[in-house]
Amino acid sequence: MTTPVATTSVRRGSAFLALSIAILRGFIRDKSSVFFAIIFPLMFLALFGGIFSDQTESKVDLIQVGDVSLIDNLPAEARDAFERTFDVTRTDDLDGAIAEVREGDADVAIEMRGETLVAHYTQTDQVKAAITQGALQAFVDGTNVALSGTPPTFDLVAERVEDDSLETIQFVTPGLLGWAVAMSASFGAAATLQGWRQSKLLRRLQLAPVSTRTVVAARVAVTVSIALVQMAIFIGLGAAAFGLTLTGSWWMAIPLLVVGTLCFMALGLLAGAITKTQEGAVNAANFMVLPMAFLSGSFFPLDGAPGWLQAVSKALPLWHLNDGMLDVMVRGEGPSAAIAPLAILAAFAIVITLVAARLFRWETS
Amino acid sequence: MGAIEVVDLEMTYGDLRAVDGVSLEVSEGEFVGILGPNGAGKTTLLEIIEGLRRPDSGTAKVLGERVWPRNPGLLPRMGVQLQASSFFERLTAREQIHTFAALYSVSTARADEWLERVGLVDKADTRVEDLSGGQAQRLSIACALVHDPEVVFLDEPTASLDPQARRNLWDLLSGLNDSGRTVVLTTHYMDEAEILCDRVAIMDAGRILEYESPAALVRGLDAPARITVASGQVTVEAARAITGVTDATEGPEGVVLTTREPAAVVSHLAQHDQLDGVRVHTGTLEDVFLDLTGREYRA
Repeated sequence: MTTPVATTSVRRGSAFLALSIAILRGFIRDKSSVFFAIIFPLMFLALFGGIFSDQTESKVDLIQVGDVSLIDNLPAEARDAFERTFDVTRTDDLDGAIAEVREGDADVAIEMRGETLVAHYTQTDQVKAAITQGALQAFVDGTNVALSGTPPTFDLVAERVEDDSLETIQFVTPGLLGWAVAMSASFGAAATLQGWRQSKLLRRLQLAPVSTRTVVAARVAVTVSIALVQMAIFIGLGAAAFGLTLTGSWWMAIPLLVVGTLCFMALGLLAGAITKTQEGAVNAANFMVLPMAFLSGSFFPLDGAPGWLQAVSKALPLWHLNDGMLDVMVRGEGPSAAIAPLAILAAFAIVITLVAARLFRWETS
Repeated sequence: MGAIEVVDLEMTYGDLRAVDGVSLEVSEGEFVGILGPNGAGKTTLLEIIEGLRRPDSGTAKVLGERVWPRNPGLLPRMGVQLQASSFFERLTAREQIHTFAALYSVSTARADEWLERVGLVDKADTRVEDLSGGQAQRLSIACALVHDPEVVFLDEPTASLDPQARRNLWDLLSGLNDSGRTVVLTTHYMDEAEILCDRVAIMDAGRILEYESPAALVRGLDAPARITVASGQVTVEAARAITGVTDATEGPEGVVLTTREPAAVVSHLAQHDQLDGVRVHTGTLEDVFLDLTGREYRA
């Protein structure tokens, strides 16, 4: 009997490296995993970044029917302001203009009836309807004041609180990144646990001279690396294509993502522990993550949501991940803004891991 | 010292006594088969010996060392193939065995040697999901042996393979204990146990009924041989008159003679030129199982 050569040419960490490479290869070669981790969230980024950012700049389509002295005689300065808000088309056909508004091809049609400015608008787009009413009222008031010859007593200067460059992309990138990382971390952990349990690979590894710690560390290392690649792609694409600009302490998003990844891996382990098939595990993870993404402001801000809903969202780990990343990546807050979210995410990770470990079974039957 | 020493193992799942008082001893270099129908408790017994399950009572030792709780010093000396194909997903055959080699700190060159020994060199770049059943089993066995273990456990390595693939695998398996390695395999195929194993433990309902070499088991059965010759050569009456024949009956395949002296009877038939379509059926492990349990063997 030859003596086992197991102890010769031992390189420390070679088991960790081999496991990491094996897991990473398994991920890269799984097209659906790559799609859901990277392509799918990027589609949302392109959607939100591309389409919705235009909305903030889009003008109100206004049809001017006949002569409207109020607008034709605006002073140059007011004329500028007017044209920034409205895209003016001229016509003499009132009925045709109203029909266009009704069909949604234009937002408002205006005509003069004697000294009265009449605006025909539709309530379909409530935001534009409000802008139209407010702006027209302001121009009428302004003209009245100008005609009276008395200078106005009060004046309004509007200044935005956020940095001037803040656009939709600034808000959606951290939220969508949080969702993307939550998905890939939880799906990956859930599918690995179930798949390895069913193929008895977990048992096989238990009988190999490699510690559980090494196996877990390899899985975590791969998932964290994937999360950081997701972050690089999101920030890179956001900056290159949609004008994303990061604020000073954006790098604090890295520890946030790392702890967030651990937290959602734990959630995936929980999903894997309570289900019996690989598909069931991924579905269970999705069932937890997708509603959480909606309630955590990944897709749209929750500022308008009722108070109780906002309270619910603060009980979700993804909300803290998103909020922490928003703070440091785009709201310009210092590194300390990430500390509370980090602590909360770590607490979630520990609690969920303990629950998952308690529910864990070596075999499905 | 025995390679494996098992004393009074018991394991119960609910009402099911999966392993019911099993004692077993395997010598170094021996090739032992645990034979029994599905549900006999073979896999549970094997998993207890491997150290995957804690028995309710009794002890199991491999190479003189305890197996439970997990014994890291023992693991590099043991090779295991579990019942399922325990592979990392979406790796090629070569990547698979290289990964296992790394877990046991074995060089990739040795891993490649094993790939060659199990005849998978031309499938080295094929992903495990695309291997045939026989190829996957051979890769699985190579992964179990990559670190050249002293004791190997193979749990139903030929299950769900077609007869051709099973026979191909036998060639590989039969050489495994050549260098003094101890091999324990479970199977529900009689012929497999008979061909490969030095000793066979016949297991049913959680108990080991017999533990002997296949030849000794059949000999111990002391069953008469049955000689069949085509109809029309010898009548039942004439057959009964032949010395040594205890009984003769007319069956669908011809006249069946029962005897404890098959050699003498066959030579008598030969002298009278009555050997057309002759078949001699001596006892098999299947008969042993029937004799031990009183029921037909159903794998």
